[in-house]
Amino acid sequence: MLKLEARPEPSRLAGWMSPLLAAAATLIVGFILFTVMGKDPWLAFYAFFVKPVTTLYGVGELLLKATPLMLIAVGLAAGYRANVWNIGAEGQLTMGAIFGGGIALLFQESTSPLVLPMMLVAGVIGGMLWGAIPAYLRTRFNANEILTSLMLVYVATLTLSLLVHGAWRDPEGFNFPQSKMFAEAALLPTLLPETRLNVALLLALAVVAAAWVFMRKSLAGFQMRVSGLAPAAANYAGISARRTVWLGMLIGGACAGLAGVSEVAGPIGQLLPSVSPGYGFAAIIVAFVGRLHPLGIVLASLLMSLLYLGGESAQINLALPSAVTGLFQGTLLFFLLAADVFIHYRLRIARPAKRAVPV
Amino acid sequence: MDHAAQLIVLTLAAGTPLVYAALGELVTEKSGVLNLGVEGMMLVGAVTSFIVAATTQSPWLGVAAGMAAGAALSLIFGVLTLSLMANQVASGLALSLFGVGLSAFVGLNYVSVVITPITPLTIPVLTELPVVGKLLFGHNPLVYLSLLLFVAIQWFLYRTRAGLVVRAVGESPQSAHAIGYPVARIRYLAVMFGGACAGLGGAYMAVAYTPLWVEGMTAGRGWIALALVVFATWKPWRILAGAYLFGGVTLAQFQAQGMGVDIPSQYLSMLPYLATIVVLAVISRDAAAIRLNAPASLGKPFHPDS
Repeated sequence: MLKLEARPEPSRLAGWMSPLLAAAATLIVGFILFTVMGKDPWLAFYAFFVKPVTTLYGVGELLLKATPLMLIAVGLAAGYRANVWNIGAEGQLTMGAIFGGGIALLFQESTSPLVLPMMLVAGVIGGMLWGAIPAYLRTRFNANEILTSLMLVYVATLTLSLLVHGAWRDPEGFNFPQSKMFAEAALLPTLLPETRLNVALLLALAVVAAAWVFMRKSLAGFQMRVSGLAPAAANYAGISARRTVWLGMLIGGACAGLAGVSEVAGPIGQLLPSVSPGYGFAAIIVAFVGRLHPLGIVLASLLMSLLYLGGESAQINLALPSAVTGLFQGTLLFFLLAADVFIHYRLRIARPAKRAVPV
Repeated sequence: MDHAAQLIVLTLAAGTPLVYAALGELVTEKSGVLNLGVEGMMLVGAVTSFIVAATTQSPWLGVAAGMAAGAALSLIFGVLTLSLMANQVASGLALSLFGVGLSAFVGLNYVSVVITPITPLTIPVLTELPVVGKLLFGHNPLVYLSLLLFVAIQWFLYRTRAGLVVRAVGESPQSAHAIGYPVARIRYLAVMFGGACAGLGGAYMAVAYTPLWVEGMTAGRGWIALALVVFATWKPWRILAGAYLFGGVTLAQFQAQGMGVDIPSQYLSMLPYLATIVVLAVISRDAAAIRLNAPASLGKPFHPDS
């Protein structure tokens, strides 16, 4: 009989192996799923995971979609390390898009090089404000941040809908719920010619590096990690639990807000009723698969981005629904959580104990 | 008067998905397990019931299938958290994300399909009575079933030995284990009961309340149900009250539109979410009461060796 036995020390090797195991298991599930759906699995596999990145444009798209994912995930990871469960990044992203987009629409006529920096700052502020609400409710009223941050996702999405259906609707847009297209000065410059990849990638990488320095080298980062690993010890050492919550939520909100404004100032170029295909939720998976570690998150964001691209490609090339992406995302996280058991436990083949024979 | 009666009927109808989901989650949490996957289980329950109802022409078969699907999905969560000792928060989130993706995927071809729904009762003579007719005999059969479920859970948790064991496991799995109760097995059952109830709540929406399938149609009700359990400080009757309160808030949207109130629909759509936040803040404020009423081992994994 197989038995789980607690390891004396958590295994670092198992910690790094489990994302690889999870990715491999997800691929196998994909293989089976394609077969069940009556597609040639090798062909489907190729169309899903390889074809999207065979062109320069495709590589640009891969990095373009990885950008918001790594940005948001690195922000969430700071909170998760401290047991601050912000799952409302999708709402903070939307608020970032609204704030940044608002600046773009306000300075529609301007050609000033200051418009773009102002938008980015506004986006960060928008995300932080939206992250500050759950932080306040948690520290002031003890309200669970998981539920409040998630409820605020719906409120943010409805606010955006309100704006693009109302005050910010493009008067020449044939009554479509969308804002005016942003002016040239409000758009992020492209990084690679012939692709949609823009400088937000560099911003995201800089944020990832900064997050690494913050979590590894700064006192506040150290305190956050202690709060997550050993709340009682953190309390004893006088680390403020309130500050930890605030920091975790604000960092997460700031990163998500930046991702939001980068989307509307990048590939979208205007405000629409929906500005994200669930990046805020996918980033939760990216954070976990990346082991809450900046480098891991960058790699995981590339994998997740490939799942998005694969979904689109499968829709075009195989007539598979693109919803398959969401299915793969969830499956990946399941396998990761299952594989994580080996960090703290190992499998032992337990022989049935010999029964004592009564004399 | 008839209008008021009609309003009460509608409020109960709107609150019923929350009654099912929150009562199920209550039993799960009473055993010490926090399953954040309610939204995912509701959606999978909804889509499964809808597909089965559409293919077999039997909405009741659909309801049964929805329950089974919810329970099956919760079993994944059970294996992760109870056998593999995974983090309950992360696993619950995974379940919700997976459920959203899975339901969108399998429901794709059923988006504009029409089914024969489960309709409210119409008993000759009785339902036609003025005022009380609708109030007593005019609800959807699934609304009556949810009230029955409430009574059953209240009785089970506080009047039966098995219910006592479930609560004991939630308070102190170590003690329950020491006395010889199979903690993991009891928690598995509680998790699957919660899954079946969430699936039933989703099924009610898909084959009775709306009745149609739209991607993400539960619109956060699974999360509101989670908040309701906290709001109710883990007491069944308060879940009932809270669910109908939220049912009323959801209804405000349609009522206002019906009365020709000229404000953008988005403001009214925000109400249930804002109400959840406010209610959660007000209730959680009393940290001592939460600590007193919450199952003591809620969210903590239990491994007999450690």
